[in-house]
Amino acid sequence: MSAPREHIIEVEGLRNVFGKQVVHDGVDLTVLRGEVLGVVGGSGAGKSVLMRAILGLKRPDGGRIRVFGEDTTYLDADARKPFERRIGLLFQDGALFSSLTVAENVKVPLQEYYDLPAEFLDELALLKIRLTGLPADAAHKYPAQLSGGMRKRAGLARALALDPEILFLDEPTSGLDPIGAADFDDLIRTLANALGLTVFLVTHDMDSLYNLCDRVAVLADGKMIVVDTVEVVERHPHPWIRECFQGPRGRSAMQQHDHGQVAQPHPSGA
Amino acid sequence: MSAVVAPHVPAELQVENNGALLRLRGAWTLAQLDRLIASAEGVRLATGPLQVDASELADLDTAGVLLLLRTLRKSGQPLEAHAITGLGEADTALLQLLASRLEPQRPQREGHFQFRLVLERIGAAVMRFLATARDFLGFVGLVIATLGQLLIRKRRLRWTSTVFHMEQVGLDAVPIVALLTFLVGAVVAFVGATALRDFGAEVFTVELVSISFLREFGVLLTAILLAGRSGSAFTAQIGSMKSREELDAIQVLGLDAIELLVIPRLIALLVMLPLLAFIATVMGILGGGLVGILALDITPGMFLSRLNEMTDISHFWVGMSKAPVFAFLIAVVGCMEGFKVEGSAESVGRHTTASVVQSIFLVIVVDAMFAMFFMELDI
Repeated sequence: MSAPREHIIEVEGLRNVFGKQVVHDGVDLTVLRGEVLGVVGGSGAGKSVLMRAILGLKRPDGGRIRVFGEDTTYLDADARKPFERRIGLLFQDGALFSSLTVAENVKVPLQEYYDLPAEFLDELALLKIRLTGLPADAAHKYPAQLSGGMRKRAGLARALALDPEILFLDEPTSGLDPIGAADFDDLIRTLANALGLTVFLVTHDMDSLYNLCDRVAVLADGKMIVVDTVEVVERHPHPWIRECFQGPRGRSAMQQHDHGQVAQPHPSGA
Repeated sequence: MSAVVAPHVPAELQVENNGALLRLRGAWTLAQLDRLIASAEGVRLATGPLQVDASELADLDTAGVLLLLRTLRKSGQPLEAHAITGLGEADTALLQLLASRLEPQRPQREGHFQFRLVLERIGAAVMRFLATARDFLGFVGLVIATLGQLLIRKRRLRWTSTVFHMEQVGLDAVPIVALLTFLVGAVVAFVGATALRDFGAEVFTVELVSISFLREFGVLLTAILLAGRSGSAFTAQIGSMKSREELDAIQVLGLDAIELLVIPRLIALLVMLPLLAFIATVMGILGGGLVGILALDITPGMFLSRLNEMTDISHFWVGMSKAPVFAFLIAVVGCMEGFKVEGSAESVGRHTTASVVQSIFLVIVVDAMFAMFFMELDI
């Protein structure tokens, strides 16, 4: 991956207003193909709104959004369909269909868009489930029978069903224990490398920023304060960033990162 | 996975050298997969290690990799034995990762029409029925024990909650119960009069309506309506509390869920169902009477005097004696199903349905038993 990299998502002057509350007042953001971008910001800074606007779940009040180089800002639901197939989204708690087993959940988008032989479909669904690190016997369980961490992995398997190019993750490590969270970060990194995914990650987790993200985008005061590697971002003078990165949680994540304690054991094939 | 897919390159699998060399062409992606599967199914492969040439491959995704792995699996050799050339670095990594995650044994699809499966499901259904019956008896015991403790002042009756449920279960149900039984009364009178007219016994319509409503319809219709209206509400209320862990919170706070949730609902229903049944009986007889007066030449005076002379008061007591029993069944089944909810919102729906079906079933079965009992006693 050299030369100028493709801008897979471009957001220009995005404006979002709820009643009198201005959430976004001219947000600019460019996501490069193949990178893992972490979006952080205080509660209510509009991280989720930004994601929903890019996904077309919320119509923005101003600005432009380009996905795969095409303007999708004001497209209607039908015109948006071809883009949606190329995008995967993992909701905070997986948002699995509770009346279907995990395997059936993964098969839903595949059956909707493609006509594949049942036996091939079974194996493809099982492969996606195994790819997210779940044991094979989880395939025939219902979401209610899984733990929170397993539900997230199952949700990830469904998000990856159509081999998307961009994967959106909404606070994937929230509600996981530290070990589970680190494992999940590893998993995302492995999958992003192997499947060539572009990952748009909304997070609160400082460890994820250091261990997973190629670049970090900070939302505050309705604007994008800075978008850069975490080493640059942590030195930024903005008060929220200083408090966040110099606070106890930020510092411990930074130290761990510096000492290479949580260095990525990239499972390179084998 | 390269971004640009040239759509005009047809995706295909070409076999050369008597099945020893596979050439992969075009985009091996989900979108092309149905044609690829068609071309890969009938392929005859040489035994032993194969050569795979991927130099003309335009694109590869997980579905394409799976197809390749499935094809290579047919040769009976492990992946490492095959010589794969021309595959890009990223695609090789993808292939290796997926190969490491592929399950060695295929997922088994269940046979749907096997005799054993039929027996198995019948057996499971019988066991489930027995378990439900046992749960029901256990729950009834628990509720009665709590009621007993209430009487000896070991537990408190929650007045606010009880009165609230009386309003919801009783007062709010008056219009629907009154309207429906009025209409059923009118229908019974019409149908009965049509049949009795042939014998010149039209006037017996009065007894038909009054006895059937006093003994059976008044209380039975009310019970069925309340099973659908209040029994289901009990299940949904308690069930959603269960799925939000509120019941666990009640227990951890040292409170008793039966005392707090079941007893108020039970008492509300025990008080209100007989009252509603009374209203239902009156409305049913009114409906029948109105039809008699308007359509059958039975004067109001005649209707009243016949009702007074020919209909024994014992019919009324027979009907009313059943009301508390039905109330108990509906409340207990409704609450018990609520406690059985687990996890998801879907479970709430399933148990609500079960609650309505079970309580209507029980009400009708018990009503039939009452009928036999009273017949033997000659009441």
